Amino acid sequence: MHELSIAQGIIEVCEQHAGGKRVKSVSVQIGALSGVVPEALEFCYEAAVNGTLLEGSMLEIERIGATAFCECCGAVAEIEHFTDSCPCCGGFPLEIRSGEEMRVKELEVD
Amino acid sequence: MCITCGCEPHHHDHHHHDHDHHHDSSAGGRIAIETDILSKNNRLAGGNRRLFADKGIFALNLVSSPGSGKTTILERTLRDLGSQMRTAVIEGDQQTDNDAQRIAATGVAVKQINTGAGCHLDAHMVGHALEELPVDDLDILFIENVGNLVCPAAFALGEAHKVAVLSVTEGEDKPLKYPQMFHAASVMLLNKIDLLPYLDFDVEKCLEMARRVSPGIRIFQLSARTGEGMADWYEWLKQKK
Repeated sequence: MHELSIAQGIIEVCEQHAGGKRVKSVSVQIGALSGVVPEALEFCYEAAVNGTLLEGSMLEIERIGATAFCECCGAVAEIEHFTDSCPCCGGFPLEIRSGEEMRVKELEVD
Repeated sequence: MCITCGCEPHHHDHHHHDHDHHHDSSAGGRIAIETDILSKNNRLAGGNRRLFADKGIFALNLVSSPGSGKTTILERTLRDLGSQMRTAVIEGDQQTDNDAQRIAATGVAVKQINTGAGCHLDAHMVGHALEELPVDDLDILFIENVGNLVCPAAFALGEAHKVAVLSVTEGEDKPLKYPQMFHAASVMLLNKIDLLPYLDFDVEKCLEMARRVSPGIRIFQLSARTGEGMADWYEWLKQKK
């Protein structure tokens, strides 16, 4: 359940930027390969925001798809898992280009 | 206040820092941030990394499921290499200092971190553990993470490598089941190979799966119990220290 640590990380980043104001909503980007389960993050977020500037705020999670560069055919293609082979040529290894993101994108304050 | 991370003494929970200055934000509205959620951990890991670089310490983060043999590998490694290099260990467990006692019995400096309910070590815990270790007199630091193949993957500690330990009693498809961790690892120790005659474990299949998830991963096959294969691991450590 490291989603609790992730939720606390979101709160820290937001409190640094909120200028002491109450936060109404937070939008975060979570990559498909980041290892973070959105449902678990929502659950932990709800508990972790109590007593902070983010209490009662909305968490908007934007999923970032995974893409990888294929060393065999040179394509950059969408994948779903670390273990996928290249959807274009079937080869691997693949070099992950996106999908590992865990980023606070924006917040909305009062 | 702690200079490194700004935490208050005796309160190392760190998730409720006072923020006593106010940013000049506009009256309400949306604020663009674009900041990594783990930026604080990454910053503290960067601090640990600089310390390791300044002191010439080669730091390894050992990760695995519970019971793969991390502590036994360390005990044997420390006993066999004790006279050739200066080592220290940080032990991470939810509870007890049993592992620290086993390490201490080898004569090596050790600091136990108990994470309580926590499922992983973070850079902040490691930074404070380093305050109690002889960092001026060290070649290699082994950080034994909490036995967990999921959560420790996301948290950099400042290490040179994550070393994934997989024992042959666990099944050869662990790299596929826990790809996040094996992707993050650049070294893998396949442990308990003395038990292979009694198991259906397919070594080649396991190695192929590990390489698929982490291309270029360095793999050592060994048994911390019998000592088989440990020499290659030691040779690698000597080259890196």
